Amino acid sequence: MEPPDPIPMSALQHAVYCLRQAALIHLERLWADNRFTAEGHVLHAVTDRPGGRRARGIRRASGLALASRRLGIAGIADLVEFHLSQDGETPYPVEYKRGKAKLHRADEVQLCAQGLCLEEMTGRPVPAGALFYAQTKRRVEVPFDADLRALTEQTVADLRAVFDARATPPAIYRADRCRACSLSELCRPKQLARPVLAWRARQIEQLLLPEPPS
Amino acid sequence: MRKLLNTLYVTTEGAALRKDGENLVAEVEGAERARVPFHMLGSVVAFGPVLVSPALMGACAANGISLVLLDRVDRFQARVEGPVAGNVLLRRAQYAASEAPDDIVRSLVMGKVANQRSVLLRHLRDHGEGDGQEPAEAISAVCERLARILQRLAAGLTGLDHLRGAEGEAAQLYFSVFGHLVRSPDPEIRFLGRSRRPPLDPVNAVLSFLYTLLTHDCRSAAESVGLDPAVGFLHRDRPGRPSLALDLMEELRPVLADRLALSLLNRRQLRARDFETRDGGGVLLTEEGRRTVLTAWQERKREERLHPFLDEKAPLGLVPYLQAQFLSRHLRGDLDAYPPWFWK
Ligand code: SF4
Repeated sequence: MEPPDPIPMSALQHAVYCLRQAALIHLERLWADNRFTAEGHVLHAVTDRPGGRRARGIRRASGLALASRRLGIAGIADLVEFHLSQDGETPYPVEYKRGKAKLHRADEVQLCAQGLCLEEMTGRPVPAGALFYAQTKRRVEVPFDADLRALTEQTVADLRAVFDARATPPAIYRADRCRACSLSELCRPKQLARPVLAWRARQIEQLLLPEPPS
Repeated sequence: MRKLLNTLYVTTEGAALRKDGENLVAEVEGAERARVPFHMLGSVVAFGPVLVSPALMGACAANGISLVLLDRVDRFQARVEGPVAGNVLLRRAQYAASEAPDDIVRSLVMGKVANQRSVLLRHLRDHGEGDGQEPAEAISAVCERLARILQRLAAGLTGLDHLRGAEGEAAQLYFSVFGHLVRSPDPEIRFLGRSRRPPLDPVNAVLSFLYTLLTHDCRSAAESVGLDPAVGFLHRDRPGRPSLALDLMEELRPVLADRLALSLLNRRQLRARDFETRDGGGVLLTEEGRRTVLTAWQERKREERLHPFLDEKAPLGLVPYLQAQFLSRHLRGDLDAYPPWFWK
């Protein structure tokens, strides 16, 4: 039997934010090309160039294809640095993000997934990576601790379940999330919470009320 | 709210459309007559002999702009389609639902009958007294019977044949009094009962033309949410027929097309001279007449109304897209039914 298609690692950040959002984008292929996503593409077009460069004991590889058979995920890393130490090279993924650090852990999970892939691919521990935020031009180091690893594996499992069932999870409206969601107009979480059958019956009832005398 | 993108209608014979950078350029006899950036364009509809460059076709496909060619008598000829066509999971759901479409058909017919009735009631309210007693009574009687059809639909009338029958009965009732709604002082502007292919009077000529425009918009709406425009619920599948587009159009017709036709004729924006009679009795809009309709159509699409289910104001031109979107969310299991668009 064919192994299942790997889950694209770029879906993980969406899945942390909202599992439905990940399904709409990666399963149903709905895509709201708003300003944010467009800028994201441009940024990636710049950083996706494969090839390597050397600097001060650090070997750098950009556009590296990563995968984990154990987790069933795959994707392309913006940049992986290999830090030279006495016992060899330690991989250190660096992911570029537009804007600044976010309150939720989506970016960290995506990065940690890269770390897990690198561990499996190189057989060496990958203790940390970094997120580079375009707006603040700063690197933030992210340690891959037990918590983050668990969250990452859980996110992969949740996505796997959604992909296998080919079922988009129902919308649950949450103002803090949905208002900032680029897919809200395709998702329409508020309307989806409304039972249509009852609404339709009420509409017809109202339409058939006798006209008020004018 | 999603932007209402422009539709470019090209009616001038011999016009040439080409790509220039990120723009569409329309030329007539070598002179530039229009220039529209691709990002502001939703679709292009070319009537009759219009030249379209291959580079422009490619750009339309790449930018998700639907490009449609109609012949001299507004029949569909061809459409340019891009590489991403449809959401396969959604289409599977659509095909599955088309095997047992009762409740979707119920919604579509409810929306249509309710809106037909609203058009008639609105006429009674605005002009009932000027009409004289007999027409007003006839229209009221039809409204009564349409109300009873709605009750039957709401009470759970089942079976596709019955649902389709209710739709047919309503259409017949509605068009039996539609002539009373035509108040043009021009004696030639009369409605002799619904006729198509060819339309046999000016009112039918305008209706047919508007239905063509609306079909095109509904088809684009279905495609833009990933639905297959050829597989319908109310309309039976037939090769070459955009059955789903026709389905989506049903509930919108009375308001978007019929009312617009009436206001163009009754306000004498269209007069007898805007029509020509062909051999065999078919009546068509002249080129000038079409231009009047197209301008009014574009304006009407920009008008905002409360969308009853969305519970927000939306331009009328966006309603086909919103309805297609709600249909797709129903098919994917997010909504327990398809919410009709009720005009109020
Ligand atoms: S609008 Fe809300 S529920 Fe819908 S995808 Fe976005 S975050 Fe998720």
